[in-house]
Amino acid sequence: MEDFSILIGGKAGDGIRQIGGLVAGLLGRLGYHVFFWDDYPSLIRGGHNFSLIRACRCKIQANTSDVDLIVALNEDTIKNHESRLKPGGKIIYDADAFEAEGLGMKFTSIVKEAGGKPIMRNTAAFATIARMLGLEWNVLEDLVNTSFKKETETNLAIAKAAYEQAGDATLKIETGPAEPLPLMTGNEAIALGAVAAGLDLYIAYPMTPATSILHYLAAHEEELGVVTYHPENEIAAAVTAIGGAYAGARTMVGSATGGFALMAEAVSLAAQCEAPVVFAVSQRPGPSTGVPTYTTQGDLNFVLSAGHGEFLRFVAAPGDVNEAFELTGLAMNMAWKYQIPTFVLTDKCLSESTYSFDAAASEVKREEGLLWDGKGEYKRYLNTDSGVSPLAFPGRAGAIVKGTSYEHDEYGITTELPEAIVAMQDKRMKKRAGLAGDVAKLQAVKTYGKLDSDTALLTWGSTKGACVEVAENLGLKVVQPVILEPFPTEALKDALKGAKNIIGVEVNVTGCLADLASCHGIDVHEKILKYDGRHFTVDELQKRVEGVLK
Amino acid sequence: MSEVKLDTYAENTWCKGCGNFGIQTAANEAVKTLAGEGYPLEKITIASGIGCCSKIVDYINLSSFYSIHGRVPPTVTGIKLANKDLSVIGFTGDGDGYGEGLAHIIMSAKRNIDVTMVIHNNRVYGLTTGQFTPTSPTGFPGKSTPRGSVEHPMNPLDLMLAAGATFVARGYSVKAEHLADLIVQGVKHKGFAFIDVLQPCFTFFNTFKFYNNKVYELEGHDASDFEAARTRAREWNYDMEAEKIPIGLFYKVERPTYDEQVLRGLVLAGERERPDIGAFIRSNM
Repeated sequence: MEDFSILIGGKAGDGIRQIGGLVAGLLGRLGYHVFFWDDYPSLIRGGHNFSLIRACRCKIQANTSDVDLIVALNEDTIKNHESRLKPGGKIIYDADAFEAEGLGMKFTSIVKEAGGKPIMRNTAAFATIARMLGLEWNVLEDLVNTSFKKETETNLAIAKAAYEQAGDATLKIETGPAEPLPLMTGNEAIALGAVAAGLDLYIAYPMTPATSILHYLAAHEEELGVVTYHPENEIAAAVTAIGGAYAGARTMVGSATGGFALMAEAVSLAAQCEAPVVFAVSQRPGPSTGVPTYTTQGDLNFVLSAGHGEFLRFVAAPGDVNEAFELTGLAMNMAWKYQIPTFVLTDKCLSESTYSFDAAASEVKREEGLLWDGKGEYKRYLNTDSGVSPLAFPGRAGAIVKGTSYEHDEYGITTELPEAIVAMQDKRMKKRAGLAGDVAKLQAVKTYGKLDSDTALLTWGSTKGACVEVAENLGLKVVQPVILEPFPTEALKDALKGAKNIIGVEVNVTGCLADLASCHGIDVHEKILKYDGRHFTVDELQKRVEGVLK
Repeated sequence: MSEVKLDTYAENTWCKGCGNFGIQTAANEAVKTLAGEGYPLEKITIASGIGCCSKIVDYINLSSFYSIHGRVPPTVTGIKLANKDLSVIGFTGDGDGYGEGLAHIIMSAKRNIDVTMVIHNNRVYGLTTGQFTPTSPTGFPGKSTPRGSVEHPMNPLDLMLAAGATFVARGYSVKAEHLADLIVQGVKHKGFAFIDVLQPCFTFFNTFKFYNNKVYELEGHDASDFEAARTRAREWNYDMEAEKIPIGLFYKVERPTYDEQVLRGLVLAGERERPDIGAFIRSNM
């Protein structure tokens, strides 16, 4: 099958994400492009979780509403999702737990007979899916051996029993010549992009959907040569990152937009003391606690304006894992080149969904900032032509390094003199020319689909995946700015040249990018918005676009 | 090392007679003593928050970070995590450290990050012209509490002992030599060193005579005895009805520091080998 989808559902605590990950990993190894959405409510036990995995022979970065296979560990899965099943689709369910139509598997009995724990129903479910996909037993056996480090023998026994009970394969897939692509979540890509650009210290207070950056870096600290730190709150996280950057370490903090709200004073501090710090910010629906485990693109204006005072910042908004890797690396290098706060703006959909990563397409390197040459007296805020002052760090013999939140002279001593204030405000703003020049040389705006179409979908972030597929289906153009500050006005105008009908497509209430574009003299004619906490599926968006085009 | 010059060209704007002068004198003496014992000056970094006391970083010619209100503990934590070879001293006040940033100071003590924290405790907000702070006495007639503060003061020494601080001391700005010795001990202490410093504010809360009558130096106290430390810390509850106010080192114990346990020996700000991300991705995904 060229393009198919599997939905696996159960209660929180059933290990639904784990089976989803195993199935996605298996399909990735078979050379499929994968998109895997992890849907879960904000609770630890109970509720209803599901993994939605789409696999395709060609590049995809979104899912469709309908599915070919439903695997139900609870009855709710069937009740909630039966309507998604394509004609000819299959349902597999735990026949020990409830009654349904389809292939009833004795998951609970299989686990009991093998002496396993209730959560190991997910091993049985995984083995059943593998059988349905036509996987040979020895391949599955290897997978179970490498995936289950604990109680491997029990898991193998369960997998074997389920594999045999599942009988003949019904969703046979063809393993083509395609190269397997590694799978990655957006948050993993952000973590690795930062490390590739020299991250030393990652600091975060847990908050969905940014938490997995912390988990991932903490789990791989030694291999990646970084240190992670989980302090008492987001305020401490951001200020510690600034203290660390002042002392010469490359630091990044991460949070959901709600946690980032607590960091606003630190953003302003980073600007005044010229500390290079990267803020990875992942959006979830607000206001306030809102909907913790679902998605939005509603915080663009907040991230563009957070922090009091007038200052320069760099904001990048990746739309897939390759962009997340590259743009986080860019944000780190830009922070150090211009000594400014920089931002990687993501959302639940990109942060926690799993995508295929094209390792050959992306490269990130650590680029050195402007360092002090050791000559003469050191001045932390030396007023240079570019506005960028050479860096030295405390501990360096011969340098007194004075960083400060106050307005200051070149040496870093507090001042309230009018001419000194003007000099420093101008010095910091001078950096804008260099930064804007760099952005003009980068691919700040991407285009996809039929480039000469007179209808353009203007989108950003994770919504790009669905837009690109719809545009390919309908013969439209997609325009996606990936750098949002400094705003790439000219590049965006170029990309939209010839488009008579510009349709903004965003997962938010007001159309933040469309409004921002109009502030820069670009009129967006229609808005297609969605704000129920879910991202667009391809078919859903296609209907909405067709509705607008009628 | 007698030639150590710590003055800067910054104009000093503390009020005449301000306790901050005594604390700066003590800090300078402590730095000179440390320099004399082989601590390179460039490896001593200081930081402050917001409030009169925080101006101290402008007046001492060392690498420094003038942070924002209440955030001295995370600032010095960041510096120490970036470069474990630095000796880091934070200067904060009672409004800064016990009001705005209380959570940070408690958590830094609990964590035992290896920094020294000097709290200029004048028990009043000076720079915002005279409001009550967490250590002001009950009935304090500040501008925000014109009928007198109805809150009881908190005892920061007791709090720090409960939080797990491994070095708890109290100094008095008028006894600069005694305070300098506490700061030297604090810097040498491997772990979170907490020094509450009583300080008169001649403009908004003049406690000069009160302290001169009550303050005495601890003698014959076993600083390794937690219960004894707690008893001595509770001799005075920061109200105005004190019999006597002890100063000196109340408690000192060795515990592994946060930084030595998490840094794996790395100087994060230094040069080191970087991983091959491509290889990592190939082997992990």
